[in-house]
Parts: sequence; C-alpha cells; structure tokens
Amino acid sequence: MTNAIVAEGLRKKFGTHTALDGVDLTVPEGSVLGLLGPNGSGKTTTVRVLATLLRADAGRATVSGLDVRSDAVQLRRKIGLSGQYAAVDEDLTARENLRMIGRLYHLGVTESSRRADELVERFDLTENADRQVKGYSGGMRRRVDLACAVVSKPEVLFLDEPTTGLDVRSRMAVWEVIGELVSGGSTLLLTTQYLEEADQLADRITVIDRGRVIAEGTPDVLKDRVGGERIELTTRTAEDARHAGALLAPLASGEPTVEEADKRVIVPVSDGPATLVSAIRLLDQHNLRLAGVTLRRPSMDEVFLALTENSDTAAAGGKIEEQVR
Amino acid sequence: MSAFTQAVEDGLVLTKRNVLKNLRNPDIVVFTSAAPIAFALLFGFVFGSAIDVQGSNYREFMIIGILTQTMLLTASNTGVGIAHDMKLGLVDRFRSLPISQSAVLVGRTSGDAVNNVLVIILMSLTGLLMGWRIRSGFLDAALAFLLLFLFAYAASWITAAIGLTAKSPEVLGNVMLMVLLPLTFISNSFVPSEGLPKVLQVVADWNPVSAVVEACRQLFGNIPPGRPEPEVWPLQHPVLSAFLWVALILVIFVPLSIRRYAKAVGR
Repeated sequence: MTNAIVAEGLRKKFGTHTALDGVDLTVPEGSVLGLLGPNGSGKTTTVRVLATLLRADAGRATVSGLDVRSDAVQLRRKIGLSGQYAAVDEDLTARENLRMIGRLYHLGVTESSRRADELVERFDLTENADRQVKGYSGGMRRRVDLACAVVSKPEVLFLDEPTTGLDVRSRMAVWEVIGELVSGGSTLLLTTQYLEEADQLADRITVIDRGRVIAEGTPDVLKDRVGGERIELTTRTAEDARHAGALLAPLASGEPTVEEADKRVIVPVSDGPATLVSAIRLLDQHNLRLAGVTLRRPSMDEVFLALTENSDTAAAGGKIEEQVR
Repeated sequence: MSAFTQAVEDGLVLTKRNVLKNLRNPDIVVFTSAAPIAFALLFGFVFGSAIDVQGSNYREFMIIGILTQTMLLTASNTGVGIAHDMKLGLVDRFRSLPISQSAVLVGRTSGDAVNNVLVIILMSLTGLLMGWRIRSGFLDAALAFLLLFLFAYAASWITAAIGLTAKSPEVLGNVMLMVLLPLTFISNSFVPSEGLPKVLQVVADWNPVSAVVEACRQLFGNIPPGRPEPEVWPLQHPVLSAFLWVALILVIFVPLSIRRYAKAVGR
C-alpha cells in the first residue's frame, strides 16, 4: 500500500519553545490517522507543516507524493484543510462561502455553484444555506467549514480538532459527516484531544506529546499495550470502595484506582472473566455489597494516561521509548 | 489559463467577497465617517472660531485636513479586517488554497477601496455643507480626488502589513489610532505649520500627510492668495511629492505585506 502522508523527523521551534521535536508519521492511502495529544503537544503545528502553511526547521514530509516544501503550490490543489476554528466568512452565506472556495480551487463558475449546491445538501445545510453564517450555531458553522474543506474532492484531508467546542449532539453529527467523507476514499489526518473520537474514527492512532510521538498503532494495539481489561466496581460507601481496592490489589495486574467521591474502584486485570469471578467471591466473603460491577476494555483516557506516564519515565531515564509498530 | 490571468481572477473573486462583506456591514462606512464628521464640526465651529489663517476661511482650510485624516482612518479598516481573518483562521484556509500569494491582499485592499470612495463622497458632501468650495477646474479637482483615493489605497497596504502581525483586531485598532493621531495632527492639516515649534515644524514639513494636504489644497484652489511660499521642497512641489509618497509606500508595503502573508499563520 502506498502512503499518502509521510513525515520524517519534523522539527519546529518557536523562539525557545520546541513545538515539534522530531515527529515521524505515515498514513497509508485511504486510511484515517488520529493524531492524539493534549493541548500544546504539537498537533496543530504538525498539520500546518503538512498542509504547507508552516515550514519545519528540519525533517521532510511528502503528501500525495509531493514535497510539502518544494512542491507546495501543486500540493495545495490536492489537499483540504479544516483548521482549529471554523474558518468561514461570517458575512457570507454558506452557499457563498462554498462557491468562493470552489472558485479559488479554479473549478469555474458553473461547477463551483453546482458543487456548492451539492455540499449544502450533503451537509444538511439546505434550510439555512442562504443566510449569513453569522447567525449559525457552532455545529452548523463546523459543517460549513468541513464542507469548504472537501469542495475540491481532495486526495488528502486535514481536520484539526474538528469537534472542539461543540456540544455532544453536534459532535455526533460531525462524526457522522466525517465517517461519510472517509467512505469516499480520501486519506484523512484528524487531530483530536478527545480520546473516544480517535477511537471512533481512526484506523490508526499516533499519540503525540511535547512534540514527540510517544506511541503509534491501532486503537486495539494501544489498548493492549496499556494492559488488559478493567473491572469497574461501584460500592455503597466510600469506605467500602477503599476496602475493596485493598482486597483486590493482589488480583490486579496493576495498581487499582479508588475514586472515593464516586464510590468507584477500577482494577486492571490480565485475565478478565476468571479474575472477575474470583474478585466477586472475595468481596462476598468479606460481606462487601456492590451497587454495580462491569468488566470492560480500558478507555482511551486510561490508554493515554498510561502512555504519557511511560513517556515521562523514559525521558527521565534518558531512554528512547520503544514504539509499537 | 496563464498564471497571471489566474491571479487576476483569484483577486477578483476575493474582491467580490470583500465588497459583499462591506455592503452587508454599512456601519463600517458610517462609523469610519462619524468621527471625522464630529472632528469637522468641532474644528470648524469651535476651535475654528479662535483660529486665524491668513485671509482664509478656517473651515475651508481644515476640511482638506479632515479629508486626508479620514483617508488614513478608513485605510485602517483593511488592517483590522485582515487581523479578523487571521483570528478566524480564514488566512490559514486561504493559504492552503492553490491561489497566488497576493490574491487575498489584492482582494482585501480593492474591496476596501470601494468603501474608501464612499467615504470620500460622504466627507466631501459634509465639507460642502460646511462651506468648503472647490475653486479650481474639473481636471485639477479630479486629480485631487484621485490623490486622496490613491493615498488611502497605499495606506491600506501599510495597515495590511500591520494587521498580519497584530496580536488581535482589538489591539490593532488602538495601535492604529495611536499612530494616526500624531501623524495627522503634526502636519499642516489643522493649523499652518509655520507657527509650530521648530522640531514639530520639521516633522510637519516632511510628513507625507502634509504633502497630500498641501497638494489637495492647491488642486482644489483652497490656498489663499498672498500666503507666503513654503520653505521646504515637498511643500513647494506638493502634487509631485504627494504622488511620490504614494508610490514609495506602495513599492515598500505591497511586497512587504505579501511576504508577511506568505508566512502568516493563525494564532
């Protein structure tokens, strides 16, 4: 399979701040890469370098086989970008925004209009398409913005935090739209701080922290790396939660987490079902009554926390952290 | 299609965008003109009653100063608009498109130029109502209006360069005012420069605003007969030096703004 995006050793400094400290990425054609990281980890800078907006100080990158630096002009014909803020002209209507972008991709007057009408419908904007974007809700703006990014049917699409600042319902709607875009065969690089978003949308996830890739793999591989399943118990009192945490520690594959305020205990285990049976038996012997119990795979939040902790330890020890391939 | 016609077309598409924006925000023209009209009334009827300009009507004297000042004020809308585009991430989007580096700025400054024409008309009418008269021929007067228009256009490119690096549109508005006020007041706009303290007089004599004001007064026929001949070259040849200033500003700030645009990224 050919790679639509290849980045090798990207470095970028802003003054004394190191935004990118040697980022390597590959995204196979037609797949979705989730670039996951906290605020300030270098996600946006990476996207800007790949979308030809910013020059890296070192390293190289190709998108659709074109060098982001020397072939920037040709490359811009092949990419679509939706930045961190919904970058649409508020004084224009949705349709006017889309037509303008079409014209600027040199689709011609008629084709730009046709494409704008098509996208208005596809992004569920028909009702408000001829109203100024000013009056739109955040979710609608985002949809106009995403529509602008796909006007030219780009080979490679960059979406930088497409659901930041949206409420849950709008986020779901945007996910749906992104799902559709991907089924059209484009390659997508998506950045997000929402772990479940990457889990939901991406084929592979690259975790980035302080300008460095700290992990890479499919969502499942990353979860396995953090360990097996979790037993999550809800007790009746905070006292019980503490007690349960202590009782189950010997069965756990890692340190159990006790959330006293929520009366909740989370126990990482290696052999889920078998350990669950032993755990319940043990608690029963101690007359500890439960309000609820579940066995689940680790959430992306837990994955992320574990991975960043690894990275801290590695940095402190001066070791190069291994990457999951 | 050649690269050049393509660039022109991109510029036109973006000019249309800005004209539409301006049409939908008529308050920009109104608010840009409101302060100068207030200034005109204040200077014309309050301060003017105590200012004596050798043998001339003060209102006729200062209205050209107001017109020129208004051109700078309206030019600052370009910078503020670009700072807004930066803030909203529109500059990022435009920069990811396969268009020429100059198209966005050409579109913005051209769209604003349309606004500037409206502002010139509005301010001239205000002047006429206050007693200002054009005392020259049609060609001279047309040249004066052209000069005001070009001066505003050139100044738009200065504010564009500033707008591309400003922290926020709000900060930018204040910065512009801080530059604008001394630039227009330390000139011959509102008082004859001969009476100024020596240092300020040197600044006023070489101030581009003075050259434009003097050129317009000459072209509109608003220089009172018997006024002493200015002592410095730019004011002795005001029309030539005013057009030279416009050319100089464009030669410096068009490439500078385009270079800044090519590197600009949203914050």
